[in-house]
Amino acid sequence: MTWDYAPAPESRAVVTIAGEYGLFVDGEFGPAADGRQFPTVNPATEETLAQVALAGQADVDRAVAAARAAHQDAWGPMPGAERAKYLYRIARVLQERAREFAVLESLDNGKPVRESRDVDVPLAAAHFFYYAGWADKLEYAGLGPAPRPLGVAGQVIPWNFPLLMAAWKLAPALAAGNTCVLKPAETTPLTALLLAEVCQQADLPPGVVNVLTGAGDTGAALVSHPGVDKVAFTGSTDVGKEISRALAGTGRRLTLELGGKGANIVFDDAPADQAVEGIVNGIFFNQGHVCCAGSRLLVQESVADTVVDRLKERLATLRLGDPLDKNTDIGAINSREQLDKISALSAAGDAEGAERWSPPCPLPARGFWFPPTVFTGVSQSYRIAREEIFGPVLSVLTFRTPEEAVTKANNTPYGLSAGVWTEKGSRILWMAQRLRAGVIWANTYNRFDPASPFGGYRESGFGREGGRHGLAAYLDA
Amino acid sequence: MSPGTAAAGIATSDAALRQVLHGLPGVDQVGAEARAASLATRSVKRDAKLWALDMSIRMIDLTTLEGADTPGKIRAMCAKALRPDPADPAVPSVAAVCVYPDLVAVARAQLARGTPSAGQPSAGRVAIASVATAFPSGRASLAVKLADVNDAVSSGADEVDMVIDRGAFLAGRYGQVYEEIRAVREACGAAHLKVILETGELATLDNVARASWLAMLAGADFIKTSTGKVSPASTPPVALVMLGAVRDYARATGRQVGVKVAGGIRTAKDAVRYLVLVRETAGPEWLTPALFRIGASSLLNDLLMQRSKQLTGQYAGPDYFTLD
Repeated sequence: MTWDYAPAPESRAVVTIAGEYGLFVDGEFGPAADGRQFPTVNPATEETLAQVALAGQADVDRAVAAARAAHQDAWGPMPGAERAKYLYRIARVLQERAREFAVLESLDNGKPVRESRDVDVPLAAAHFFYYAGWADKLEYAGLGPAPRPLGVAGQVIPWNFPLLMAAWKLAPALAAGNTCVLKPAETTPLTALLLAEVCQQADLPPGVVNVLTGAGDTGAALVSHPGVDKVAFTGSTDVGKEISRALAGTGRRLTLELGGKGANIVFDDAPADQAVEGIVNGIFFNQGHVCCAGSRLLVQESVADTVVDRLKERLATLRLGDPLDKNTDIGAINSREQLDKISALSAAGDAEGAERWSPPCPLPARGFWFPPTVFTGVSQSYRIAREEIFGPVLSVLTFRTPEEAVTKANNTPYGLSAGVWTEKGSRILWMAQRLRAGVIWANTYNRFDPASPFGGYRESGFGREGGRHGLAAYLDA
Repeated sequence: MSPGTAAAGIATSDAALRQVLHGLPGVDQVGAEARAASLATRSVKRDAKLWALDMSIRMIDLTTLEGADTPGKIRAMCAKALRPDPADPAVPSVAAVCVYPDLVAVARAQLARGTPSAGQPSAGRVAIASVATAFPSGRASLAVKLADVNDAVSSGADEVDMVIDRGAFLAGRYGQVYEEIRAVREACGAAHLKVILETGELATLDNVARASWLAMLAGADFIKTSTGKVSPASTPPVALVMLGAVRDYARATGRQVGVKVAGGIRTAKDAVRYLVLVRETAGPEWLTPALFRIGASSLLNDLLMQRSKQLTGQYAGPDYFTLD
C-alpha cells in the first residue's frame, strides 16, 4: 500500500510569454540600439523561452538620461505621499498578478512554484507595501531632519531571486525619491520585464524605472556610467570587488550584497525536529542558490550522528523535479554554468576526503539538475567548507564547545549570515554578540521580512537592504 | 510491563519520569507551526486524492458523544458506519464507531445485524470504541474510572478511549498519570487503549511531546489529541508533534503506536492534510487504520461528497447523502 501524490502542475497558461522582449526605457519597450538579442532558457527543460534585447553602451546612455530627466522633472519634485500612491499601486498589482509572476519566475529560474508562489512573489509585494509607507515619512527615519534622494540609481541584481531582488532594489530607491536603471541577470530577465509592465500599468511616470537586460558587459557599462549617482549590486564577491575598484574615488555611492558561507550552528539542546527542518530550509531552499544559505552545518559533536541521521531521513522525503509541480521541493539548477561550478566544487570535496551522500533521487534527463547533497567528515581546510558553492550542497562540521563554534563560524572571509539552534536563550544572545555576520537567526533560518534589515560585512559586502536601514542607502542625510 | 517501558528501562516515580520527559528534545512552536503550514500546501489530485478519500473513510471513528444520545441515534450511526453510502457498495466501512459506555451494547447489537461494506479491503468488521475514565474531564477517582472502563469492556467495546488526568500532568505528578494509564491498560484486557491527551489543555507543544511519551511508555496503543469538548481540539502542529513522537518511539523501542486526531475535523480537505502529515512525519507505514484514526462525525458526508465528485466530475447536492 503506497500513496504517492499525483502530478499537480501549475498551469503555464496563466502567463503569456512573448517571443521577443525589448528594453524598458523611458516608459516604453523597444529593441536595443544595435538590435542585438540573447536567449533566455527554462533550466528545467533547456527550452528557449524568449529572445531578449541585449543592451549596449548607447542603451545605457539613453536609460540613464531618461532616469535623470524623470528625477529632475517628475519623481524628485513629487511629494512623498504621491510617490507612495504609485508604490502601493505596484504592490497591489503584484498581488493581483501573483500567479502570473510565480509561474514565470519558476519557468525562467527553475525554482519550485511552491517557493515562487509562497515566498518570492508575496515578499516582493510586501517590500513595495513596506517602503510605500516610508515615502512620506523620510524625515522621521532617524537619518537626519531633511534627507534628500541621491538621484539616479544603477542597480544590478542576481538570478537567484529575480523578482524579489528587483523589489528589494526598486522599492526603497523609489520611496526615497530616486529614479532607477535596473539590470536583471542574464539568465533570468523575464520577471523584471513583467515588473516593468506593471510599472506601466501603475502609470508610473516614464523614466522613473528603466530595465536594461543583458549580460556582464551591460552591467559593467551601467555601474561605471558617470550619470549614475548610486550603485547597488547583489551578486558574486569577485564582481563586487571589480565594481568597488571602478567606483573608487568617483564620489558615487555604493552598496554591495555579495557572497556568503553561512554557518548553521546546532547545539545539543536544540529543538530536534525543527533544527533538522532549519538545516533543510537553510541549504536546500531555492536549490541552495541563496547568498545567506546555511551551507556549513556546525553541529555539536555529541549529537552529530543523531542529527545527521535525522537529516538524511528527512532529505529522503524531498521531492525533486518539475518546478511547476506544486509538490516539488527541489527544482532545477539555474544554468549549466552554475551546475558545472557545483559539480566541480563537489568533486573537490570528494578529492579532499569528505564523505558524500545524496538520497536516492532520479534526476530528469533534460535540464540542469543536482541532487541534494551532504558532505560529512568535512574539515575547515576543505574547499567545500570555505568557498561559496551556491548549490544544494551541505558541508557538515562538528564542534565541542560554544567557543569553538564561534571560532569556526567566524573563520571565513565572508560575514553575511548565521543560525543558532538551542533552547537556551542566554546562549543565543552570547553567540549573537560574537558571530561576525550581518544576519543571525535564532531557531530559524532564511526568514525574511521587509521591516528587517539584511546585509553583510567583510567579503559579503556592505550596506543594508530592508527596514529603516535600507533607506539610508538611497538618501543623502 | 509494556515493551516500551521495558525498553526504556525507567523507574516510574515523578522524579524519574520528569527526567525522562524533560530530557526529550524541545519543540520550537514557531518552527513546528511553519512546518505544518508548509505541509498543508501539498496538492493532492486525481488518483492520489481518491486514494486519500477512501483511506480517510476507512480511518474514521464515527463518533457521537452527546448527552442527548439515544439508542435510535446510535443505531442510525452504526448503519451509516457499515454502509456509508447506500448507493455505492464500493465505499468502505469506517474503522469504528465511538460512543459512551452505556450505549456500547446498543452499538454492538446493531453492528451485528449488518454486514460491512464490500469495499472494506480488510473485510474487517466495524469496531466499537467507547470513551471511559470519566470522559471528558477525567475528574473522578481511579476506582470510578476503572469501573467506567470495565463497564465499556464488559459491554463489548473493542477499543477504549481514556482521558489522562490533565490536572495531575500539569502539576508535575507524572507518576500518577502513568499509573492510571497502566491500570486502565490492564482493565482493558484485549481491548485497544487510546489515550486522550487533551492537548488544548496542555497548551504547549513541549507538553504535547511529553504527554505523548508518557502515554506510550505506560502502554498506550494509540495516543489521541482531544476529547472534542475543549477548544482548540486537534490542530496540525499538535498532530505533527505527536506523529514525530510515535516515529521516535518506534525507533527507540520497535513498537508502533497509533495516532488519533479528533475534534473539529469536518472537511475532506482537512482529512487529506492530516494524511499528508502522517505520510511525511511518521512515514507511509502509518497510513493504515491500524495506526491512524480520525475521530469525526460530519466529516464522513464531506468525504462521500468529494469522493463522488472525484468519480463523476460533479457535485451531488447534500440531500444525496444521508443525515443520521
